[in-house]
Amino acid sequence: MYRFKQGMRKSLSVAAVFFILAWTQANAWADEILVSAAASLTDVLKEITSGYQAKSKHTVKFNFGPSNGLARQIEEGAPADLFFSADLPQMDTLDKNGRLEPGTRKNLLSNQLVIIVPADSKLAISSPKDLLKADFKKIALAEPSSVPVGVYSSKYLSDEGLWEQVKSKVVPVQDVRATLASVESGNVVAGFVYKTDAAVSKKIKIVYEVPIDKGPKITYPAAIVKESKRKEAARDFMTYIQSRAAKDAFKKYGFVVLD
Amino acid sequence: MIFSFETWQITVFSLSVGLASTLLILPFGVVLAWLFARKTWPLKSFVETVVLLPLVMPPVSTGLILLKIFGRRSPIGQWLYERGVEIVFNWKGVLIAMSVMSFPLLVRSVRTSFAEVNPRLEQIAATLGASPLKIFFVITIPLAYKGIVAGALLAFSRALGEFGATILLAGNIPGETQTLSLAVYNFVQIGKDSDAFVLLGITVALAFLFVWSSEWLLRSGNKA
Repeated sequence: MYRFKQGMRKSLSVAAVFFILAWTQANAWADEILVSAAASLTDVLKEITSGYQAKSKHTVKFNFGPSNGLARQIEEGAPADLFFSADLPQMDTLDKNGRLEPGTRKNLLSNQLVIIVPADSKLAISSPKDLLKADFKKIALAEPSSVPVGVYSSKYLSDEGLWEQVKSKVVPVQDVRATLASVESGNVVAGFVYKTDAAVSKKIKIVYEVPIDKGPKITYPAAIVKESKRKEAARDFMTYIQSRAAKDAFKKYGFVVLD
Repeated sequence: MIFSFETWQITVFSLSVGLASTLLILPFGVVLAWLFARKTWPLKSFVETVVLLPLVMPPVSTGLILLKIFGRRSPIGQWLYERGVEIVFNWKGVLIAMSVMSFPLLVRSVRTSFAEVNPRLEQIAATLGASPLKIFFVITIPLAYKGIVAGALLAFSRALGEFGATILLAGNIPGETQTLSLAVYNFVQIGKDSDAFVLLGITVALAFLFVWSSEWLLRSGNKA
Protein backbone atom coordinates (compact mmCIF):
# COMPACT_ATOMS: atom_id res chain seq x y z
CA MET A 1 0.00 0.00 0.00
CA TYR A 2 2.85 2.31 0.93
CA ARG A 3 4.71 1.55 -2.31
CA PHE A 4 1.56 2.24 -4.25
CA LYS A 5 1.07 5.60 -2.51
CA GLN A 6 4.70 6.50 -3.13
CA GLY A 7 4.34 5.69 -6.80
CA MET A 8 1.13 7.71 -7.03
CA ARG A 9 2.75 10.68 -5.37
CA LYS A 10 5.67 10.57 -7.78
CA SER A 11 3.46 10.37 -10.84
CA LEU A 12 1.20 13.15 -9.56
CA SER A 13 4.12 15.49 -8.93
CA VAL A 14 5.58 14.73 -12.35
CA ALA A 15 2.18 15.37 -13.87
CA ALA A 16 1.83 18.61 -11.89
CA VAL A 17 5.22 19.88 -13.03
CA PHE A 18 4.39 18.91 -16.59
CA PHE A 19 1.10 20.81 -16.51
CA ILE A 20 2.69 23.88 -14.92
CA LEU A 21 5.40 23.92 -17.58
CA ALA A 22 2.87 23.43 -20.36
CA TRP A 23 0.66 26.22 -19.00
CA THR A 24 3.49 28.72 -18.62
CA GLN A 25 4.82 27.83 -22.07
CA ALA A 26 1.41 28.30 -23.62
CA ASN A 27 1.10 31.73 -22.01
CA ALA A 28 4.72 32.69 -22.49
CA TRP A 29 4.03 34.13 -25.90
CA ALA A 30 0.42 35.19 -25.22
CA ASP A 31 0.26 38.90 -24.53
CA GLU A 32 -2.44 41.29 -23.57
CA ILE A 33 -1.99 44.51 -25.48
CA LEU A 34 -3.51 47.87 -24.68
CA VAL A 35 -4.87 49.78 -27.65
CA SER A 36 -5.64 53.48 -27.26
CA ALA A 37 -8.19 54.28 -29.94
CA ALA A 38 -10.42 57.18 -30.96
CA ALA A 39 -13.90 57.07 -29.43
CA SER A 40 -15.50 56.78 -32.88
CA LEU A 41 -13.83 53.38 -33.32
CA THR A 42 -15.52 51.89 -30.23
CA ASP A 43 -18.07 49.57 -31.82
CA VAL A 44 -16.15 48.52 -34.92
CA LEU A 45 -12.93 47.69 -33.07
CA LYS A 46 -14.80 45.66 -30.46
CA GLU A 47 -16.33 43.58 -33.23
CA ILE A 48 -13.04 43.18 -35.09
CA THR A 49 -11.28 42.18 -31.88
CA SER A 50 -13.69 39.37 -31.02
CA GLY A 51 -12.80 37.92 -34.40
CA TYR A 52 -9.11 38.43 -33.66
CA GLN A 53 -9.21 36.87 -30.20
CA ALA A 54 -10.95 33.79 -31.56
CA LYS A 55 -7.92 33.11 -33.73
CA SER A 56 -5.02 34.52 -31.77
CA LYS A 57 -3.54 33.64 -28.41
CA HIS A 58 -3.17 37.35 -27.69
CA THR A 59 -5.86 39.42 -26.03
CA VAL A 60 -6.67 43.06 -26.59
CA LYS A 61 -7.71 45.64 -24.02
CA PHE A 62 -9.11 48.98 -25.19
CA ASN A 63 -8.80 52.54 -24.01
CA PHE A 64 -11.28 54.64 -26.00
CA GLY A 65 -11.41 58.41 -25.79
CA PRO A 66 -10.67 61.67 -27.57
CA SER A 67 -7.49 61.20 -29.62
CA ASN A 68 -5.87 64.30 -28.14
CA GLY A 69 -6.38 62.96 -24.62
CA LEU A 70 -5.00 59.56 -25.64
CA ALA A 71 -1.95 61.12 -27.27
CA ARG A 72 -1.34 63.10 -24.13
CA GLN A 73 -1.53 59.96 -22.00
CA ILE A 74 1.05 58.25 -24.22
CA GLU A 75 3.21 61.35 -24.03
CA GLU A 76 3.10 61.08 -20.24
CA GLY A 77 4.06 57.40 -20.37
CA ALA A 78 0.76 55.51 -20.43
CA PRO A 79 1.43 51.83 -21.28
CA ALA A 80 -0.43 51.75 -24.58
CA ASP A 81 0.99 49.39 -27.20
CA LEU A 82 -0.88 50.71 -30.20
CA PHE A 83 -2.38 54.14 -30.92
CA PHE A 84 -5.24 54.52 -33.41
CA SER A 85 -5.99 58.23 -33.83
CA ALA A 86 -8.85 60.08 -35.55
CA ASP A 87 -6.56 62.70 -37.00
CA LEU A 88 -2.98 63.26 -38.15
CA PRO A 89 -1.93 66.10 -35.79
CA GLN A 90 -2.14 63.84 -32.72
CA MET A 91 0.02 61.20 -34.43
CA ASP A 92 2.40 63.88 -35.73
CA THR A 93 2.98 65.22 -32.23
CA LEU A 94 3.88 61.78 -30.90
CA ASP A 95 6.06 61.17 -33.96
CA LYS A 96 7.92 64.42 -33.45
CA ASN A 97 8.56 63.55 -29.81
CA GLY A 98 9.89 60.13 -30.75
CA ARG A 99 7.10 58.12 -29.14
CA LEU A 100 6.33 55.93 -32.14
CA GLU A 101 8.04 52.74 -33.27
CA PRO A 102 9.72 53.69 -36.56
CA GLY A 103 8.21 52.22 -39.67
CA THR A 104 4.92 51.21 -38.08
CA ARG A 105 2.85 54.30 -38.80
CA LYS A 106 0.12 53.84 -41.41
CA ASN A 107 -3.01 55.73 -42.54
CA LEU A 108 -5.87 53.26 -42.34
CA LEU A 109 -9.27 54.91 -42.55
CA SER A 110 -11.26 57.97 -43.47
CA ASN A 111 -14.69 59.17 -42.40
CA GLN A 112 -17.36 61.78 -43.09
CA LEU A 113 -18.79 64.55 -40.92
CA VAL A 114 -22.53 64.77 -40.39
CA ILE A 115 -24.88 67.05 -38.46
CA ILE A 116 -27.39 65.21 -36.28
CA VAL A 117 -30.51 66.15 -34.30
CA PRO A 118 -32.60 64.16 -31.82
CA ALA A 119 -34.75 61.56 -33.55
CA ASP A 120 -37.98 63.37 -32.63
CA SER A 121 -36.74 66.80 -33.71
CA LYS A 122 -38.70 68.70 -36.38
CA LEU A 123 -35.67 70.66 -37.57
CA ALA A 124 -34.07 70.22 -40.98
CA ILE A 125 -30.98 71.61 -42.66
CA SER A 126 -30.49 72.25 -46.36
CA SER A 127 -27.19 74.05 -45.97
CA PRO A 128 -24.83 74.72 -43.04
CA LYS A 129 -26.04 78.34 -42.99
CA ASP A 130 -29.25 77.03 -41.40
CA LEU A 131 -27.28 76.58 -38.20
CA LEU A 132 -27.42 80.35 -37.77
CA LYS A 133 -31.17 80.25 -37.39
CA ALA A 134 -32.68 80.96 -33.97
CA ASP A 135 -34.09 77.41 -33.80
CA PHE A 136 -30.55 76.11 -33.39
CA LYS A 137 -29.97 77.36 -29.89
CA LYS A 138 -27.31 74.99 -28.65
CA ILE A 139 -25.02 72.84 -30.78
CA ALA A 140 -22.82 70.14 -29.28
CA LEU A 141 -19.27 69.84 -30.53
CA ALA A 142 -16.29 67.97 -29.13
CA GLU A 143 -13.74 70.52 -27.87
CA PRO A 144 -13.10 72.49 -31.07
CA SER A 145 -9.49 73.35 -30.34
CA SER A 146 -8.18 69.86 -29.77
CA VAL A 147 -10.51 66.88 -30.24
CA PRO A 148 -10.28 65.69 -33.89
CA VAL A 149 -14.00 65.77 -34.69
CA GLY A 150 -14.24 69.23 -33.08
CA VAL A 151 -11.24 70.47 -35.02
CA TYR A 152 -12.62 69.09 -38.29
CA SER A 153 -16.07 70.60 -37.64
CA SER A 154 -14.84 74.04 -36.61
CA LYS A 155 -12.49 74.12 -39.59
CA TYR A 156 -15.37 73.24 -41.89
CA LEU A 157 -17.59 75.95 -40.38
CA SER A 158 -14.68 78.36 -40.60
CA ASP A 159 -14.18 77.57 -44.28
CA GLU A 160 -17.89 78.22 -44.81
CA GLY A 161 -17.53 81.59 -43.06
CA LEU A 162 -19.91 80.54 -40.28
CA TRP A 163 -17.65 79.78 -37.34
CA GLU A 164 -17.70 83.21 -35.71
CA GLN A 165 -21.47 83.16 -35.46
CA VAL A 166 -21.91 79.49 -34.61
CA LYS A 167 -19.20 79.64 -31.94
CA SER A 168 -21.52 81.26 -29.39
CA LYS A 169 -24.01 78.39 -29.68
CA VAL A 170 -21.42 75.68 -29.14
CA VAL A 171 -21.50 73.43 -26.06
CA PRO A 172 -18.03 71.86 -25.96
CA VAL A 173 -18.00 68.23 -24.85
CA GLN A 174 -15.35 65.60 -24.23
CA ASP A 175 -15.39 63.54 -27.43
CA VAL A 176 -17.54 62.42 -30.35
CA ARG A 177 -19.50 59.89 -28.27
CA ALA A 178 -20.26 62.57 -25.67
CA THR A 179 -21.56 64.69 -28.56
CA LEU A 180 -23.78 61.80 -29.61
CA ALA A 181 -25.06 61.37 -26.06
CA SER A 182 -25.88 65.03 -25.61
CA VAL A 183 -27.91 65.12 -28.82
CA GLU A 184 -29.69 61.91 -27.78
CA SER A 185 -30.62 63.51 -24.46
CA GLY A 186 -32.34 66.40 -26.22
CA ASN A 187 -30.45 68.96 -24.12
CA VAL A 188 -28.82 70.32 -27.29
CA VAL A 189 -30.56 70.96 -30.57
CA ALA A 190 -27.90 69.53 -32.88
CA GLY A 191 -24.36 68.19 -32.95
CA PHE A 192 -21.46 67.29 -35.23
CA VAL A 193 -20.39 63.65 -35.29
CA TYR A 194 -18.91 61.23 -37.81
CA LYS A 195 -21.27 59.37 -40.09
CA THR A 196 -20.10 56.15 -38.45
CA ASP A 197 -21.23 57.38 -35.01
CA ALA A 198 -24.64 58.44 -36.30
CA ALA A 199 -25.06 54.89 -37.62
CA VAL A 200 -24.85 53.29 -34.17
CA SER A 201 -27.62 55.34 -32.56
CA LYS A 202 -31.33 55.14 -33.16
CA LYS A 203 -32.10 58.10 -30.92
CA ILE A 204 -30.74 60.62 -33.43
CA LYS A 205 -31.07 61.27 -37.14
CA ILE A 206 -28.76 62.82 -39.70
CA VAL A 207 -29.99 66.11 -41.13
CA TYR A 208 -26.93 67.04 -43.14
CA GLU A 209 -23.96 65.17 -44.53
CA VAL A 210 -20.94 67.37 -45.06
CA PRO A 211 -19.90 66.74 -48.68
CA ILE A 212 -16.56 64.96 -48.90
CA ASP A 213 -15.16 67.59 -51.24
CA LYS A 214 -16.27 70.52 -49.06
CA GLY A 215 -15.42 69.06 -45.70
CA PRO A 216 -11.98 68.59 -44.17
CA LYS A 217 -9.88 65.58 -45.15
CA ILE A 218 -10.34 63.05 -42.36
CA THR A 219 -7.56 60.53 -41.83
CA TYR A 220 -7.24 57.86 -39.14
CA PRO A 221 -3.61 56.76 -38.71
CA ALA A 222 -2.38 53.93 -36.49
CA ALA A 223 1.08 53.21 -35.11
CA ILE A 224 2.89 51.08 -32.56
CA VAL A 225 4.17 52.89 -29.48
CA LYS A 226 7.95 52.86 -29.15
CA GLU A 227 7.95 52.06 -25.42
CA SER A 228 5.63 49.07 -25.86
CA LYS A 229 6.84 45.89 -24.21
CA ARG A 230 4.61 43.75 -26.38
CA LYS A 231 5.58 44.80 -29.88
CA GLU A 232 5.18 41.32 -31.37
CA ALA A 233 1.57 41.11 -30.24
CA ALA A 234 0.98 44.73 -31.28
CA ARG A 235 2.35 44.02 -34.76
CA ASP A 236 0.16 40.95 -34.96
CA PHE A 237 -2.93 42.99 -34.15
CA MET A 238 -1.89 45.79 -36.49
CA THR A 239 -1.65 43.25 -39.31
CA TYR A 240 -5.04 41.87 -38.41
CA ILE A 241 -6.81 45.24 -38.58
CA GLN A 242 -5.58 45.53 -42.16
CA SER A 243 -6.84 42.07 -43.09
CA ARG A 244 -9.75 41.34 -45.40
CA ALA A 245 -12.04 40.46 -42.49
CA ALA A 246 -11.23 43.66 -40.64
CA LYS A 247 -11.60 45.82 -43.74
CA ASP A 248 -15.03 44.34 -44.35
CA ALA A 249 -16.01 45.17 -40.78
CA PHE A 250 -14.81 48.77 -41.13
CA LYS A 251 -16.78 49.16 -44.35
CA LYS A 252 -19.85 47.66 -42.71
CA TYR A 253 -19.76 50.37 -40.05
CA GLY A 254 -19.42 53.07 -42.70
CA PHE A 255 -15.70 53.84 -42.54
CA VAL A 256 -13.76 54.54 -45.71
CA VAL A 257 -10.87 52.10 -45.93
CA LEU A 258 -7.67 53.58 -47.34
CA ASP A 259 -5.37 51.36 -49.36
CA MET B 1 -2.67 85.08 -18.70
CA ILE B 2 -2.74 86.18 -15.07
CA PHE B 3 -4.39 89.51 -15.67
CA SER B 4 -6.11 88.65 -18.91
CA PHE B 5 -9.75 89.44 -19.42
CA GLU B 6 -10.54 85.76 -19.61
CA THR B 7 -9.12 85.02 -16.14
CA TRP B 8 -10.95 87.99 -14.71
CA GLN B 9 -14.23 86.96 -16.33
CA ILE B 10 -13.97 83.35 -15.10
CA THR B 11 -13.12 84.47 -11.55
CA VAL B 12 -15.91 87.05 -11.38
CA PHE B 13 -18.41 84.56 -12.80
CA SER B 14 -17.43 81.89 -10.25
CA LEU B 15 -17.59 84.32 -7.32
CA SER B 16 -20.94 85.77 -8.43
CA VAL B 17 -22.74 82.49 -8.97
CA GLY B 18 -21.11 81.10 -5.81
CA LEU B 19 -22.42 84.06 -3.82
CA ALA B 20 -25.87 83.74 -5.38
CA SER B 21 -26.03 80.03 -4.56
CA THR B 22 -24.98 80.63 -0.94
CA LEU B 23 -27.59 83.38 -0.50
CA LEU B 24 -30.16 81.11 -2.12
CA ILE B 25 -29.58 78.19 0.24
CA LEU B 26 -29.06 80.33 3.36
CA PRO B 27 -32.71 80.73 4.46
CA PHE B 28 -33.52 77.06 3.72
CA GLY B 29 -30.33 75.85 5.36
CA VAL B 30 -30.82 77.93 8.51
CA VAL B 31 -34.45 76.84 8.96
CA LEU B 32 -33.64 73.17 8.32
CA ALA B 33 -30.63 73.32 10.66
CA TRP B 34 -32.83 74.76 13.40
CA LEU B 35 -35.42 72.02 12.86
CA PHE B 36 -32.66 69.42 13.09
CA ALA B 37 -31.19 70.99 16.24
CA ARG B 38 -34.37 71.69 18.14
CA LYS B 39 -37.15 69.42 16.95
CA THR B 40 -37.83 65.79 16.32
CA TRP B 41 -40.41 64.49 13.92
CA PRO B 42 -41.21 61.22 12.09
CA LEU B 43 -38.79 60.57 9.20
CA LYS B 44 -36.29 63.06 10.67
CA SER B 45 -33.41 60.59 10.24
CA PHE B 46 -34.44 60.01 6.65
CA VAL B 47 -34.42 63.74 5.88
CA GLU B 48 -31.07 64.15 7.67
CA THR B 49 -29.58 61.39 5.52
CA VAL B 50 -30.95 62.74 2.26
CA VAL B 51 -29.63 66.22 3.06
CA LEU B 52 -26.20 64.74 3.80
CA LEU B 53 -26.04 62.65 0.61
CA PRO B 54 -24.54 65.23 -1.79
CA LEU B 55 -21.64 65.57 0.62
CA VAL B 56 -20.65 61.90 0.43
CA MET B 57 -21.89 60.80 -2.99
CA PRO B 58 -19.58 61.24 -5.96
CA PRO B 59 -20.38 64.71 -7.33
CA VAL B 60 -20.89 63.30 -10.83
CA SER B 61 -23.61 60.99 -9.48
CA THR B 62 -25.41 63.96 -7.97
CA GLY B 63 -24.86 65.79 -11.25
CA LEU B 64 -26.41 62.91 -13.18
CA ILE B 65 -29.47 62.93 -10.93
CA LEU B 66 -29.83 66.69 -11.42
CA LEU B 67 -29.42 66.25 -15.18
CA LYS B 68 -32.20 63.69 -15.24
CA ILE B 69 -34.45 65.95 -13.15
CA PHE B 70 -33.87 69.15 -15.11
CA GLY B 71 -33.10 67.73 -18.56
CA ARG B 72 -35.32 68.51 -21.51
CA ARG B 73 -36.91 65.08 -21.48
CA SER B 74 -38.04 65.12 -17.87
CA PRO B 75 -41.42 66.49 -16.71
CA ILE B 76 -39.78 69.27 -14.65
CA GLY B 77 -37.31 70.12 -17.38
CA GLN B 78 -40.01 70.21 -20.01
CA TRP B 79 -42.26 72.39 -17.79
CA LEU B 80 -39.45 74.88 -17.24
CA TYR B 81 -38.46 74.87 -20.90
CA GLU B 82 -42.00 75.75 -21.96
CA ARG B 83 -41.77 78.79 -19.70
CA GLY B 84 -38.47 79.82 -21.24
CA VAL B 85 -36.28 78.64 -18.38
CA GLU B 86 -33.29 76.55 -19.35
CA ILE B 87 -31.21 74.86 -16.70
CA VAL B 88 -28.99 72.47 -18.61
CA PHE B 89 -25.92 74.07 -20.27
CA ASN B 90 -26.87 77.37 -18.69
CA TRP B 91 -25.63 79.50 -15.74
CA LYS B 92 -28.76 78.45 -13.86
CA GLY B 93 -27.42 74.90 -14.01
CA VAL B 94 -24.22 76.14 -12.38
CA LEU B 95 -26.33 77.83 -9.68
CA ILE B 96 -28.30 74.67 -8.95
CA ALA B 97 -25.26 72.40 -8.95
CA MET B 98 -23.42 74.71 -6.54
CA SER B 99 -26.48 75.05 -4.28
CA VAL B 100 -27.16 71.33 -4.03
CA MET B 101 -23.52 70.44 -3.42
CA SER B 102 -22.86 73.08 -0.76
CA PHE B 103 -26.21 72.73 1.07
CA PRO B 104 -25.18 69.82 3.34
CA LEU B 105 -22.11 71.73 4.55
CA LEU B 106 -24.21 74.75 5.44
CA VAL B 107 -26.81 72.71 7.30
CA ARG B 108 -24.21 70.77 9.29
CA SER B 109 -22.30 73.88 10.37
CA VAL B 110 -25.37 75.91 11.28
CA ARG B 111 -26.93 72.97 13.10
CA THR B 112 -23.88 72.75 15.35
CA SER B 113 -24.09 76.47 16.12
CA PHE B 114 -27.77 76.21 17.02
CA ALA B 115 -27.05 73.20 19.20
CA GLU B 116 -24.50 75.29 21.08
CA VAL B 117 -27.08 77.95 21.94
CA ASN B 118 -28.24 77.31 25.47
CA PRO B 119 -31.92 76.32 25.24
CA ARG B 120 -32.43 77.77 28.72
CA LEU B 121 -32.00 81.26 27.27
CA GLU B 122 -34.76 80.54 24.77
CA GLN B 123 -36.99 79.15 27.50
CA ILE B 124 -36.39 82.24 29.66
CA ALA B 125 -37.41 84.45 26.76
CA ALA B 126 -40.56 82.38 26.38
CA THR B 127 -41.45 82.81 30.03
CA LEU B 128 -41.07 86.56 29.50
CA GLY B 129 -43.75 86.40 26.80
CA ALA B 130 -41.77 86.27 23.56
CA SER B 131 -43.36 84.43 20.63
CA PRO B 132 -41.38 81.57 19.02
CA LEU B 133 -40.63 83.75 16.00
CA LYS B 134 -39.34 86.56 18.21
CA ILE B 135 -37.21 84.14 20.17
CA PHE B 136 -35.73 82.82 16.96
CA PHE B 137 -34.75 86.23 15.61
CA VAL B 138 -33.89 88.03 18.84
CA ILE B 139 -32.23 85.29 20.88
CA THR B 140 -31.23 82.27 18.79
CA ILE B 141 -29.91 83.90 15.64
CA PRO B 142 -27.75 86.55 17.31
CA LEU B 143 -26.18 83.89 19.55
CA ALA B 144 -25.56 81.54 16.62
CA TYR B 145 -24.73 84.23 14.10
CA LYS B 146 -20.98 83.67 13.96
CA GLY B 147 -21.55 79.97 13.29
CA ILE B 148 -24.08 80.81 10.59
CA VAL B 149 -21.64 83.11 8.82
CA ALA B 150 -18.85 80.53 9.19
CA GLY B 151 -21.17 77.89 7.70
CA ALA B 152 -22.06 80.20 4.84
CA LEU B 153 -18.37 80.86 4.13
CA LEU B 154 -17.69 77.13 4.10
CA ALA B 155 -20.64 76.53 1.78
CA PHE B 156 -19.39 79.34 -0.46
CA SER B 157 -15.92 77.76 -0.68
CA ARG B 158 -17.48 74.43 -1.53
CA ALA B 159 -19.56 76.10 -4.23
CA LEU B 160 -16.44 77.67 -5.74
CA GLY B 161 -14.69 74.31 -5.82
CA GLU B 162 -17.64 72.44 -7.30
CA PHE B 163 -16.82 70.45 -10.44
CA GLY B 164 -18.49 67.07 -11.03
CA ALA B 165 -22.12 68.10 -10.77
CA THR B 166 -21.46 71.39 -12.56
CA ILE B 167 -19.81 69.87 -15.61
CA LEU B 168 -22.63 67.36 -16.09
CA LEU B 169 -25.51 69.74 -15.53
CA ALA B 170 -24.19 73.00 -16.90
CA GLY B 171 -21.41 71.89 -19.24
CA ASN B 172 -18.03 73.51 -19.71
CA ILE B 173 -19.00 76.42 -21.95
CA PRO B 174 -16.42 79.21 -21.99
CA GLY B 175 -18.01 82.56 -21.21
CA GLU B 176 -21.30 81.02 -20.15
CA THR B 177 -20.91 78.27 -17.59
CA GLN B 178 -17.18 77.93 -17.16
CA THR B 179 -16.19 78.33 -13.53
CA LEU B 180 -12.62 78.31 -12.17
CA SER B 181 -12.69 74.53 -11.58
CA LEU B 182 -14.10 73.81 -15.03
CA ALA B 183 -11.57 76.12 -16.65
CA VAL B 184 -8.65 74.35 -14.94
CA TYR B 185 -9.96 71.03 -16.29
CA ASN B 186 -10.42 72.50 -19.75
CA PHE B 187 -6.89 73.88 -19.91
CA VAL B 188 -5.43 70.57 -18.82
CA GLN B 189 -7.52 68.74 -21.46
CA ILE B 190 -6.25 70.94 -24.27
CA GLY B 191 -2.68 70.83 -23.05
CA LYS B 192 -2.38 74.40 -21.74
CA ASP B 193 -0.93 73.47 -18.39
CA SER B 194 0.56 76.86 -17.59
CA ASP B 195 -2.82 78.55 -17.94
CA ALA B 196 -4.29 75.83 -15.75
CA PHE B 197 -1.70 76.59 -13.08
CA VAL B 198 -2.60 80.27 -13.04
CA LEU B 199 -6.22 79.45 -12.34
CA LEU B 200 -5.14 76.81 -9.85
CA GLY B 201 -3.28 79.51 -7.96
CA ILE B 202 -6.36 81.72 -7.85
CA THR B 203 -8.52 78.79 -6.69
CA VAL B 204 -6.12 77.90 -3.89
CA ALA B 205 -5.80 81.52 -2.77
CA LEU B 206 -9.56 82.03 -2.64
CA ALA B 207 -10.22 78.70 -0.90
CA PHE B 208 -7.53 79.47 1.67
CA LEU B 209 -8.98 82.91 2.35
CA PHE B 210 -12.56 81.77 2.83
CA VAL B 211 -11.87 78.63 4.81
CA TRP B 212 -9.43 80.45 7.08
CA SER B 213 -12.01 83.18 7.71
CA SER B 214 -14.63 80.56 8.47
CA GLU B 215 -12.42 78.85 11.03
CA TRP B 216 -11.40 82.19 12.58
CA LEU B 217 -15.06 83.09 13.08
CA LEU B 218 -15.74 79.79 14.77
CA ARG B 219 -12.72 80.21 17.04
CA SER B 220 -13.70 83.76 18.04
CA GLY B 221 -17.25 82.58 18.72
CA ASN B 222 -16.00 80.12 21.31
CA LYS B 223 -14.34 82.79 23.39
CA ALA B 224 -17.75 84.30 24.19
